[in-house]
Amino acid sequence: MAAFKLPKYGAMLVMAVFTLYFLTPLWWLFVASGKKDGQVTEGSPLLPDHFSLGENLSQLFRYNDGIFLRWMANSIAYTVGAALLGTLLAGMCGYALAKYVFRGRELIFNIVLGGVLVPATALALPLFLMFSKVELANTFWAVFLPSLVNPFGVYLGRIYAAASVPDELLEAARIDGSGEVRTFFTLSTRLMAPAFVTIFLFHFVAVWNNFMLPLIMLGNERLFPVTLGLYSWNTQVNQHPELRALVLVGAFVSIVPMVIAFLSLQRFWRSGLGAGSIK
Amino acid sequence: MRFRARSIAILLLSTLSITACSSGGDDDAATTTGTASCAPSSGPVTLTYTTWIPNIEKVVDVWNKANPDIQVKVQTGPNGNGGTYANFFNQLKAGNAPDLGHIEYDALPSFRVQDGLTDLGSCDIVAQSQSKFIDWTWNQVSFGEQGHVYGIPQDAGPMALFYRKDLFEKNNIPVPTTWDEYAAAAEKVKAAGGYITNFSQSDINQFAGLAWQAGAHWFGNDGTNWTVSMTDDATKKVADYWQGLIDKKLVSSVPPWTPEWDNAYNSSSAWTWVSAVWGANSIASGAPKTSGKWAVAPMPQWTAGDKVAGNWGGSSTAVFKTSKHPYEAAKFALWLNTSTEALTLLNKEANLYPATKEGASLPALKEGVDFYGGQKIYDVFAEASTEVKADFTWGPTMTQTYADASDGFKKAVTGQGTLTQALTDAQSKTISTLKSQSIPVKE
Repeated sequence: MAAFKLPKYGAMLVMAVFTLYFLTPLWWLFVASGKKDGQVTEGSPLLPDHFSLGENLSQLFRYNDGIFLRWMANSIAYTVGAALLGTLLAGMCGYALAKYVFRGRELIFNIVLGGVLVPATALALPLFLMFSKVELANTFWAVFLPSLVNPFGVYLGRIYAAASVPDELLEAARIDGSGEVRTFFTLSTRLMAPAFVTIFLFHFVAVWNNFMLPLIMLGNERLFPVTLGLYSWNTQVNQHPELRALVLVGAFVSIVPMVIAFLSLQRFWRSGLGAGSIK
Repeated sequence: MRFRARSIAILLLSTLSITACSSGGDDDAATTTGTASCAPSSGPVTLTYTTWIPNIEKVVDVWNKANPDIQVKVQTGPNGNGGTYANFFNQLKAGNAPDLGHIEYDALPSFRVQDGLTDLGSCDIVAQSQSKFIDWTWNQVSFGEQGHVYGIPQDAGPMALFYRKDLFEKNNIPVPTTWDEYAAAAEKVKAAGGYITNFSQSDINQFAGLAWQAGAHWFGNDGTNWTVSMTDDATKKVADYWQGLIDKKLVSSVPPWTPEWDNAYNSSSAWTWVSAVWGANSIASGAPKTSGKWAVAPMPQWTAGDKVAGNWGGSSTAVFKTSKHPYEAAKFALWLNTSTEALTLLNKEANLYPATKEGASLPALKEGVDFYGGQKIYDVFAEASTEVKADFTWGPTMTQTYADASDGFKKAVTGQGTLTQALTDAQSKTISTLKSQSIPVKE
């Protein structure tokens, strides 16, 4: 059976169609956020006319004493903070599980892996009750602390550490008198860099999109991440139609950090995913 | 390496035991209630208030400046069904619910059956204020029980008929005053190339407002048992009426609150909307091209010469059971919902239509509105608000009831099943939901 070889332009066509398919909604959002007063149905959905994005943006940034900018800052604090710390924790944990042999290692690993199967949504309510007990509900920590945990990151970290950090190298470091912590931070972190970036990106996306947790934990609007803030505006569009324009422009602005994170880190993301897949 | 293994194991175990403690701990946080009586607290108090009214801070600031001893901290978030009600229930369970919460009339019974509300009936200041409120709004928060009240009425959604004055005049169609005339007008509108209205497949509370006008009683409570009667004669009459319009294709049925729906009004395809007072803004922003061409008339009547209106929406300010300062909370809620300064601000900032008798004469509600050709539309609603029947009660599981009825309505507008069938199904599902929540129900 002769293998059918897709001609090059055929593959390109498929790619082009998919690119268009994925980019059209973004383009629509861009055009819609430029429409005057949120009149989404006015004019063509995909061609900008009466383009007033600047005006809409300034309206968005001024509404309710600039609460939107506060939400963006919160989102970045939750996401970048939790992703950085969470990546470090997950990387260290994965590294420890890969490189140290101790009793219960597999048990711990399996418990962590089990955590991958539990959807974050299901944990939000129990977490709320726990945080209420220690009077931390409705605080920054109520969203930040649970966001640090990333079982999938531990898994990736272990796989990657096992594959990319040779035992011999660690042995050599020990013989040279380097402590375990120093070895980890000076040697192993460099070898594991692609894994760290991958974990960071996964974690970044997960925290950025985590919606249930802040919805249940937070009552104070000034602590909201941008997803929850936009959602709460959107629930009121029926009775307060002026919010529709703000929701659209806000949604557009809120994807900018994600786009930046992806474009700047996608190189690492790819190589990290590849490394995970061969093991 | 052994040392590491042990310390990790200890860490893990301690985490587990913390978790176990927290989840197995006392669950009776919700039962530690505030004082049952309504006595003023000694010394200054700080109250928390959760709502989703936009710009509420501006209103609360006015109170805080004038009342240094009763400071109110306000928090806003998504609307009730968007998550805030669920949060209230969680917070009642966790013991950290706010003192005051924004609860729509149709959600109030669900908090009542879960015993989440403070009965303000024993508060003198509340009882004395009853006469300030339009009678039916008081019934919405007292459930018709004498001497009990579970929230302070905040706003109302009296209904009227929004219609395209220009198109009705141009086509020589008289403005319908009865539902028969409305159906006759629908034929003429269809002949002129439009739809008389868009029948909403998911606004069950709008349909409830129509049934309410016709004299329906969807729910009842005799003190112990709930009754569900979503297919009583009045409701059937309304359902059959709209089914007729749907069958004859005299109404469109695009999903409400979508750009499509706005477009139906903006492009003059839909000519009327039987809606609540707050709907005035929805049309104005959704159909800007039609500015100046609309007018508002009283709701069509079932019997010529009657004066009965329906209601769609409206909410209350309730004091949660866990509040330690029910007196101060009630005092604030009364100020928020009866004082001219607060009502003026609420109307200006959030377009709320007051539930008080005097509220209808706020200066802002006496002005002509340009979008409606300068008509003083709020005069129509002020009258409608006094014509709403007082004896309509909501059930304790309205979110579920709405969802189930809406499922049926969506099918009905596409020709599968009927509105009556949808209501029958919603009723039996509501009864089984009540049973599953151990709420006594009489069939």
